[in-house]
Amino acid sequence: MATQITFDSVQSGQDLPGLDVPITASLIVAGAIATSDYSLVHHDKAHAQAAGTPDIFMNILTSNGLVQRFVGDWAGPAGRIRNVKIRLGAPNFPGDTLKLSGVVKSKEVIGKDRLVEVAVSGKNSLGEHVAGTVRLTLP
Amino acid sequence: MSNAATNDWLTAVKAQIGREALPPQTAVDPVNLPMIRRWCEAMGDRNPLYAEGKLAPPATLFMWTMSHFRPDLSREGGSLLGLDLVDAAGFTSVVATNVEEEYCRDLRCGDVITQRVTLDGISEEKKTGLGVGHFVTFRYEFTDQKGEVIGRTLFRVLKFRPPAKTAAAKKSPVPRPPVTRDSAFFWEGLNQRKLLVRQCGNCGRLHHPPGPMCPECNSLEWRALECSGRGTIHSFVIVHQPQMPGLNYPLPVALIDLEEGARMVANLGEIAPGKVRIGMPVDVDFVEIEKDFVLPVFRERRAG
Repeated sequence: MATQITFDSVQSGQDLPGLDVPITASLIVAGAIATSDYSLVHHDKAHAQAAGTPDIFMNILTSNGLVQRFVGDWAGPAGRIRNVKIRLGAPNFPGDTLKLSGVVKSKEVIGKDRLVEVAVSGKNSLGEHVAGTVRLTLP
Repeated sequence: MSNAATNDWLTAVKAQIGREALPPQTAVDPVNLPMIRRWCEAMGDRNPLYAEGKLAPPATLFMWTMSHFRPDLSREGGSLLGLDLVDAAGFTSVVATNVEEEYCRDLRCGDVITQRVTLDGISEEKKTGLGVGHFVTFRYEFTDQKGEVIGRTLFRVLKFRPPAKTAAAKKSPVPRPPVTRDSAFFWEGLNQRKLLVRQCGNCGRLHHPPGPMCPECNSLEWRALECSGRGTIHSFVIVHQPQMPGLNYPLPVALIDLEEGARMVANLGEIAPGKVRIGMPVDVDFVEIEKDFVLPVFRERRAG
């Protein structure tokens, strides 16, 4: 967990420290079960293959969780994510690596909220797995 | 399927837009520390506020009302409104495409979450990289034990017709190059992690892409020269459109001057499109897309 950052220390255009997440079958299954997603394609390889994919793949709630953990690692514990908008693309299969990157798009103060918008992209060897924006408040 | 038949089911789905897509579901368990910890372990999230039970991760909003495991794989409350009609129309496969969440207040241990979901919309038929299908959107609202809204989720899925299980469906998602009698040695070389260029057996000139005859002296004699893989960027483009399935955009494509003197088109790897420069020194790398399908990718030469 990184130290706490503040609204004033953040610059528009600033890059977040990258995060590489090795995608393993264990991570996919742990994420699916932790988020209570028992869909077969997230833990049963034979079923996933019968459904036309080469292997099990990560569920969306885990992708969302990883995006928010990535932004939270940078923001520190007092950062509060207010909303997130993500598009899902290339699936995360075991053996791949999800490379998360982010950049601060804008800062604004609305009332007492000091809001920062971060654009996030997560790529794997097949292409862009996830892309979107996360808005959070900072102290 | 005729247009009339298509319209019938689509009209029926559209007539249900705005309606409740499932009966309201109240979470079996209140927001609780053990489930938060399992979530943090899976995500690798080390936020101490979560581990100490002071806050729940916002991204868990959706999970508290998820159906629990049932051996027969049935789902609490049945399937979402409209999806039965989409399934019956042949669009039986599903992939999530968009999630938008808004968190109205902090989520804390003890909160008891109730979920309400409405069918928000269905697109016309679209051709996608996965197949022909329709995007279906649902809106979820989550309230707490006092009935106050704590968050909202927009969830969009693509319901698509699974591609026929033919050889074509199993093809690599990365488009394969055409292999000719003249170029076969080049692709076979890549499989052995060698960068081979056709060299005239008479005048020694290198020519790439390979052809049947030396463009300099018209000789049909040739040999394969193994190149070092070292070169510089002669020119490049950053491809944004049109996008082909299986490739990663924006896609930098470069014309590489190999140190042996040949010039070749290849992808660039591990470099931000904005950082590509003419004259940049590069080294070849071999990327195995799948068994017996290797592509050369040039990467910026590391100092030293």
